[in-house]
Amino acid sequence: MNLTGLEKKLLAAGRRQMSDGRVPHGFARRVMARLPVGSTLDQASLWARALWRSALACLAVLLLLGAVSLLRSKNGGDLGQDFETTMLASADLDNEAPPLW
Amino acid sequence: MDPTETELIAAVVRGEPACFEPLVEKYSPRVFATARRYARRESEVEDIVQEVWLKAFQKLQTFRGEAPFEHWLMRLTVHTCYDFLRSHKRNRESNFSELTEAEENWLDRFIVEPESAREDAQAAQMLVQRLLEQLSPPARLVLTLLEIEDRTVKEIAMLTGWSVPLVKVRAFRARAQMRKLLATMARDKYV
Repeated sequence: MNLTGLEKKLLAAGRRQMSDGRVPHGFARRVMARLPVGSTLDQASLWARALWRSALACLAVLLLLGAVSLLRSKNGGDLGQDFETTMLASADLDNEAPPLW
Repeated sequence: MDPTETELIAAVVRGEPACFEPLVEKYSPRVFATARRYARRESEVEDIVQEVWLKAFQKLQTFRGEAPFEHWLMRLTVHTCYDFLRSHKRNRESNFSELTEAEENWLDRFIVEPESAREDAQAAQMLVQRLLEQLSPPARLVLTLLEIEDRTVKEIAMLTGWSVPLVKVRAFRARAQMRKLLATMARDKYV
């Protein structure tokens, strides 16, 4: 048997066969019903969105503190000094307290 | 005026899933036609196409609009069909003893007078389908794209994500597999 000829003939037969693009009735609606709505975003996008929101919140706090610091320095207060006093208050108390024994 | 494809895609990504339906309606015939080349049962074909659309919906935001949406969707379709072939490879049978009468008659006619065996005969088309079903998944995919759909090596590389040399190597192996199957068929039938 001429196998090369048979191969060519069969592949030509395959090319002649038109592929059927018929769509079952109501298929689009079935697909729409199965869509995982609400989860179109992937994990990376969710993380990126959360990080951007956090960055914006940090920026807002920074601006607020900047504004408060500016106002206090205009009124004669020193925010930096007050912050340091507050942070070191417990250390100062430890130094001032008498020994227990 | 109907929204353009780009507007529909942007709307879906923004969170309006209803805008996905016109895309499903427009491109489903193309996706069904491709899926029917790899799966025979209608339930399997429908499962493949549904999977293609679900993947398309989930990955739509990765579509950058540099190439037409149809090309992106066809790449997704070919990948899904290839996954289907790989997951169903155990169902392949290498048995030519169950040829139908029409297929046997067509083969007999080819042996006696090759020119009289018509390429558009249904028996010939069933025979080629039977042969393709027995190939390995990469061989079937590459032969279908190259020989049946008449695509270029470069197009196949784009659709499958394989490199051009890999497509050539797989096409070479696929033809060798096909010839081996034809030899088996000839031996089973005439020896």
